[in-house]
Amino acid sequence: MVPFNLLVFVSISYVILLFLVAFAAEKRAEKGQLGWLRSPLIYTLSLSIYTTAWTFYGAVGYAARSGLEFVTIYLGPTLVVVGWWWILRKLVRIGRTQRITSIADLISSRYGKSNALGVIVTIMAVIGATPYIALQLQSVTLSYAVFASDRPDDWATSDLNSTALWVAAGLALFTILFGTRNLDANERHHGVVTAIALEAVVKLAALLAVGAFVVWGIAGGPADILNRIDASPVSQWQMKGDRWFTLIFLSGVAFITLPRMFQVLVVENSDERHLATASWAFPLYVFLMSLFVVPIAVVGLSALPADANPDLFVLTLPLAYDAENIAMLSFLGGFSSATSMVIVAAIALSTMVSNHIVMPIWLSLRGGGVTRSGDVRGVVLMSRRISIGAILALGYLYFRFSVGGEALAAIGLISFTGVAQVFPALMGAIFWRGATRNGAAAGLIIGFSVWVYTMFIPSFGESALMSASTLALGPWGIGWLRPQALFGIVGMDPLVHAVFWSMTLNTGAFIIGSLARFPGPLERLQGAQFVNVFEHSGAARGWLGGAAEAEDLLVMAQRILGPAAALALFQADSQAQGREGFLPDVTPDFIEKLERELTGSVGAATAHAMLGQIIGGASVSVHDLMAVADETAQMLEYSSQLEARTNELARTARQLRDANKKLTQLSVQKDAFLSQISHELRTPMTSIRAFSEILMEDPKTSAADRQKYSGIIHDETIRLTRLLDDLLDLSVLENGQVVLSNQKTNLRDVLSNAVAATASITTGRDIQIHRDKGRENISLTTDPDRLRQVFINLLVNARKYCDGARPELRISTRIRGGVAQIDFVDNGAGIPEKNQDLIFEKFSRLADQTGPGGAGLGLAICREIMLRLGGKISYLPGQGGAAFRVTMPTAGAAPGVAE
Amino acid sequence: MSRNPSDFPARDPHRLRRAMDAARLLPIVGAFLFLLPLLWAGGMTSSGIIYIFGIWIVLIGIAGLLSRPLSKPPADRPLRPDEGR
Repeated sequence: MVPFNLLVFVSISYVILLFLVAFAAEKRAEKGQLGWLRSPLIYTLSLSIYTTAWTFYGAVGYAARSGLEFVTIYLGPTLVVVGWWWILRKLVRIGRTQRITSIADLISSRYGKSNALGVIVTIMAVIGATPYIALQLQSVTLSYAVFASDRPDDWATSDLNSTALWVAAGLALFTILFGTRNLDANERHHGVVTAIALEAVVKLAALLAVGAFVVWGIAGGPADILNRIDASPVSQWQMKGDRWFTLIFLSGVAFITLPRMFQVLVVENSDERHLATASWAFPLYVFLMSLFVVPIAVVGLSALPADANPDLFVLTLPLAYDAENIAMLSFLGGFSSATSMVIVAAIALSTMVSNHIVMPIWLSLRGGGVTRSGDVRGVVLMSRRISIGAILALGYLYFRFSVGGEALAAIGLISFTGVAQVFPALMGAIFWRGATRNGAAAGLIIGFSVWVYTMFIPSFGESALMSASTLALGPWGIGWLRPQALFGIVGMDPLVHAVFWSMTLNTGAFIIGSLARFPGPLERLQGAQFVNVFEHSGAARGWLGGAAEAEDLLVMAQRILGPAAALALFQADSQAQGREGFLPDVTPDFIEKLERELTGSVGAATAHAMLGQIIGGASVSVHDLMAVADETAQMLEYSSQLEARTNELARTARQLRDANKKLTQLSVQKDAFLSQISHELRTPMTSIRAFSEILMEDPKTSAADRQKYSGIIHDETIRLTRLLDDLLDLSVLENGQVVLSNQKTNLRDVLSNAVAATASITTGRDIQIHRDKGRENISLTTDPDRLRQVFINLLVNARKYCDGARPELRISTRIRGGVAQIDFVDNGAGIPEKNQDLIFEKFSRLADQTGPGGAGLGLAICREIMLRLGGKISYLPGQGGAAFRVTMPTAGAAPGVAE
Repeated sequence: MSRNPSDFPARDPHRLRRAMDAARLLPIVGAFLFLLPLLWAGGMTSSGIIYIFGIWIVLIGIAGLLSRPLSKPPADRPLRPDEGR
């Protein structure tokens, strides 16, 4: 017989070993040397917490009572894992990209980040897991009791209870120590995962050892075992089809929805490809665990007394045959299976409780202005520790007050059915974009209520919550509300009945609730993100470990801060951490510092999004995107304002340049004009001065000379006056200050007046004027005086400058396109081409045939006048002599004159 | 694109697609086989045990065979509408 004290010693040593393993793993993780911690083997072994003390002890008991039905508990998960391509792959991908921390987080986040749903799922999970935790405590204490039967004093119930209390307290301590050391952004607990991987190995080894002992040690080998099976009462068992199907379905569903399974499957997953390894390795594990169950059951039934508890055959059989080492190993296996389940379940549940119940309440009590670090982290960790203690306390209480004699297996199935209620909402979350929050809430609440009513409360037997008569006849005698025969359908197995009704009503309410109302915008967004996750993400790159992440960060920082600044920042931090080289460890502090630096360059939202993408391997959340879009919009607006202002300034500068150029030109013109005028004025003034001096100084000038000199002075003054008049006229014309008196007049009359006026002028030679008065009968609306002035000017010029032998001037008139053309052509030499534009400029004079010429303003004045009258004057080349064309718009041609 | 069956790169994507299809079918076939005992009348004899465990180990073996092509790095895998990048 194994001494009890030795057993206690072995247990404590084993626990210390677990502590050491967990501690070493945590240290390695902190250093970033994750290496084999992220291997697919560790991942698969961590999945083994599906097999708890229920498997280790209860499977044999189940087989002894119900034959092969026990295997359904493992066939369901086998199918789910083998079919990982359907569901598990999507769950893991969503978990990574959305940074999901628990199953409550997934449901809440998918359905519009609804905290209410998070709370519902958390409460359901805690209530559903409590019986299961109690079951583990029960099996551990029972296993202790087996070894304690050598004590002289019998184990009283109080000893059982105190053992359970010690075990619960120890588990709470371990979980708090390694589950709540710090807050990992991805909620990974490397120490715990490594410890439970070790426990998985111990479990398997123990069960295989007992099985091998039974098959080859007690029996005579496989053939003998098969014979024994056929001879045993186990083979009498009849398969119940409805239970077979229901249990396979239930175990498969529970595998996904159990909080502890979700934790190790999705949250602790570091590489999606590990699922491929787990797809065969995990079924292999449970296969090996199940392999020897029936042989052990069969041999136990035949070898041990009839009142022996079949749940404990794995312990009592080796003890009965004095295989004490195997019994000890078996005890450790059972211990491992119980403790690993409780630890992970407590972590998963406490995460949910702190994230979805405690923190929202605390934050709403605190009001706004909560910072990200420091006090919040402290509150989260403290709330998790308290939750772990509370959850284990609940499990202990359930153990204390539940019906002790209940077979372990039944309790386990009750728990399975409870957590399975999350399944419809979960499937809708990842496959159905039309699933809404209201539908999910309706399904969850209805499913949970049906479960409580048909399974949870009846499991207490007759109790304060449900009397025996209610169980048998329904509440207040209402037949169709009987807890185990709803709607009057009798004869269903209670388990099948509960599973059927809860899942059916759950799914129905979920579908109807989702279709009844349109989902909100955030629900639709999240729906698209979750359901279409494969289109939005690739498999995460994180499998290179911490070093690669630091390098990725450096590359990104260089792009934004510039190479020098980024390197300096990284190196400073690396040295502060006591490392050599450029790359510091990617600790939360470093990330915060880096984010602050980047915020200065690209804005807070963008910095956060970029860092999140590299660190978490996650795609950017919609929330982050909206913040980035806001910032970008602001920046765009600012830069467009800047651009507009710059354009304005450029335009103004251009305008200023043009104005400056014009002003310079005008200034030059003015200078030229002034110099010309002074020259023109000086010439006659010189004559006047000279001759008046002569008259003054010489008293002996003759009367004839005096007459001549004063005549010259007089002429010069007239010339001066004329020049000044012309200047004034020109100035008035150019400034547009001229007042035109427009009236209806006839071209022929104007021409006649002009010719008459020049006839009395004596300057120049006599010139013969030829006119065609018939054609000159054109009606004009214009200022006749001004037009006459132009004609007089042209006639006088002809007199002065025509150098033909017998000067002739031909005036011809015609109408072209509503415009009258009057040509003045003489028979002189004409004006050379190079002077043809010059003659219209101010003060330009060509060779004059007669005496002192004019001021040279005549044609300039003509041009201005014609401009004001709406016509034009130009030189006509190629006419032989000098030819000027005057064009005037007609008022409306006289009929019969048009050409 | 070459349709030559001996063109090495062209064979690989097809093989992987078949692996994906097989991975999808495997649980369905497994479920069917595991539920087959529903049709049996009578008790569960030793032959029944051998049947269940036999199917079980075969499923494990096939899943193991499929896990190699399906766990290659994403860059080596062909794309499908439901797979994304």
